[in-house]
Amino acid sequence: MSHRVAITGIGQTRHSGRRPYHNDGEMIHEAVSLALADADISIKDIDTVIIGNMDLFEGHYLNDAMLADYSGSIGKSGFKMNTGGTVGTMEVITAWYNIASGQSDTVLVIGWEKHDEGPVTSAITTIYEPAYTRWFSVGALSGLALLSDDYLRRANCPMEIGGIVRSYMSENASRNPNAHLREKYTVQDVMNARMVLYPLTLLMICPTSLGACAMVLAKESKAKKMTKKPVWIKDHVTVHAEEGGGLFDALSGGPRRTTETEAGKTILKRNHITKPLEEIQLFEMYDPCPFFHPFFLEDFQLCPEGEAWKLIEKGLTSREGSFPISPSGGVMCTNAIGDSGTLRVAEAALQLREDAGEHQVTRKVTQALASGFGGSNWTDLFLLTNSLD
Amino acid sequence: MPDRVGIVAAAMTKFEAAKPWQHLAELVLEVTDKVVEAAGISLQKDVESIVSCSQDHWDGRTISSMPIPDVTCGHLKDESKVADDGAYAVLYGAMHILSGDHKLVLVVSHCAESHTDGTIIENWSIDHIFTRMLGLDYTLAAAMQARRYMDKYGITPEQFAKVVVKNKGNAKKNPYAQDSATLSVIDVLKSQMLADPITVMDRKPVSDGACAMILATEEIAKKLTDKPVWIKGAGNCYDPHFLGDRELADCDALETASKKAYKMAGIKNPVKEIDVVELSEYYSYQELLWTEGLGLCKRGEGGKFIDSGKTQLNGDIPVNPSGGLLSGIPITVAGMSRVAEAVWQLQGRSGERQIPGAKLAVAHGCGGICGQMHCVLVLGN
Repeated sequence: MSHRVAITGIGQTRHSGRRPYHNDGEMIHEAVSLALADADISIKDIDTVIIGNMDLFEGHYLNDAMLADYSGSIGKSGFKMNTGGTVGTMEVITAWYNIASGQSDTVLVIGWEKHDEGPVTSAITTIYEPAYTRWFSVGALSGLALLSDDYLRRANCPMEIGGIVRSYMSENASRNPNAHLREKYTVQDVMNARMVLYPLTLLMICPTSLGACAMVLAKESKAKKMTKKPVWIKDHVTVHAEEGGGLFDALSGGPRRTTETEAGKTILKRNHITKPLEEIQLFEMYDPCPFFHPFFLEDFQLCPEGEAWKLIEKGLTSREGSFPISPSGGVMCTNAIGDSGTLRVAEAALQLREDAGEHQVTRKVTQALASGFGGSNWTDLFLLTNSLD
Repeated sequence: MPDRVGIVAAAMTKFEAAKPWQHLAELVLEVTDKVVEAAGISLQKDVESIVSCSQDHWDGRTISSMPIPDVTCGHLKDESKVADDGAYAVLYGAMHILSGDHKLVLVVSHCAESHTDGTIIENWSIDHIFTRMLGLDYTLAAAMQARRYMDKYGITPEQFAKVVVKNKGNAKKNPYAQDSATLSVIDVLKSQMLADPITVMDRKPVSDGACAMILATEEIAKKLTDKPVWIKGAGNCYDPHFLGDRELADCDALETASKKAYKMAGIKNPVKEIDVVELSEYYSYQELLWTEGLGLCKRGEGGKFIDSGKTQLNGDIPVNPSGGLLSGIPITVAGMSRVAEAVWQLQGRSGERQIPGAKLAVAHGCGGICGQMHCVLVLGN
């Protein structure tokens, strides 16, 4: 990772459940304008525009072309990425490759989804293999419940951890004006909510939101001219697996070897990090439900197996804790799938810039992780920093 | 970029109107097996990253790349999917190598157009607030573009038909081609009219198939093959979406993309320097328009260019010696198969359709309504 690629501009729309007064293009344009203003450049300074979302959620085919009039890609190069839940992080990686390969100097990344325009769960159900497994699979929830239940049993974790996590996440989201679900909940509220699919109660499930997040990425020489507070992509890794395989890996017994363990090991080793919970100060996690906080903390090699829920119980991961997870409120409170991953990187970058406003964490952050999750338990993982020297 | 990314090998399925005996993953498996054997590598050990190109709409499946890691040994590997044309996936694969992140990348694309009604999918790519409800599909839009092209520059349906005659004739020499025929201009003009001036022969037929290639660093490519093909330049670009915002008789995006690619490859006089062109003509008139966009002739001279015979198999600058998309190639595979054909030309593996002594080739992929986005790759040996 010898290339120096920086995030120089960030813009996001407010997220909500409905937005009948704006079409997709107008929503994207809002995020793009904010990101360009943040980077203090105009669309003329952009070489490449990268868009990511999942086509069948809204039903638009080739929507990078359809939205060209709004995204600013006319006369420019671009790519449309489409990798499921990881699409938001994948497009940031695509931007990195565009710059690191020398093909572009300045790239605009747009992650978006407008979930009120289509039946999301029906579309997600088509992920499953058509001949054998689609008939008894429903949306994303079946996989999330399996992974959550597996963690509870494996780590001997009490159910209340779900309530504790969702409770501090609701506190985080209430401080973030762009989050979708901003209501505060107590542990009891979460635990007493209707059980939807064991062990997930209604309040533990990520919402279907709509919104867009845009970022400007630039090579070092341009980035330093654009902003005094560049956030550097120090490292990134993509680990995917075969159909069903990523999920089966995570659910099978024996020594753990999942996309998360491989991604975590790679990032920690390449960056010579031996005490991750000290050397890294924050994790913007793709956390679709509460039990993913302890599950991911362990699988990403940040703490020993079976210990994460105990640390969470002690307050390690709340906004005031020493290793906050998703101070923005995370995917649990805001989930417009195509922008969920982009938003993780963007929110981690805002924390590194100390520009997160009311949901800025109390501890000083110099290195942060951001992750993407999706497909068959696929993983993209970023290490970001505000200083490369 | 020059000479730093090598294409080691390329493979295709035979293209057919329908392949009901093959699952989509099996299409990918077939080309992956072929390309790995041709490159002499181990899929499991040597391939570091997999870049695929397919479309959720055509596969009827969210994350159409879901079965890809299964048949490409993608367990716990870097894998990603580009949802544009296949040529974009080749360019993205090349970026993986140029960045220094990966040394060997497998690039694949697949599509089975026979599984669905493409006109509905095409309609879904059109702006849904103002235009989609008009029922426009790509053939109707193409008719408007062809008509505008005829009106502005005086191009004739006979000149469009010459493209069909040439490409379907060339396809007879291509064992992978789906449709080939010995035709006359009259045959094409008399065939069933779809949307004036587009006849059923002016349009690419429905097709199923897949394509794959192995990209590697300069060092590895030289070790793996004595005939590496180098990516010398690349460019891609979008036009506006609203047809009313575009001059449909010209292709600004293609001009921008090809200029960028030629500059990178150090090409000053494309028509003199390039030996062979494989481009994506979804409709016959597009071959004429794209030859203008690629700078092979001036704006409005695409008709004269086909009349001159220069683009014939034995001409000065053969265009689509493989038979092009009119011989039957599915969408998304389209651009990647153009790159693969160019690779085989430069490796001298094109059999009867070989252009003797080809050194420099251009491959072109495009997508969207009336060719809204274009990707141009310059390849050399």
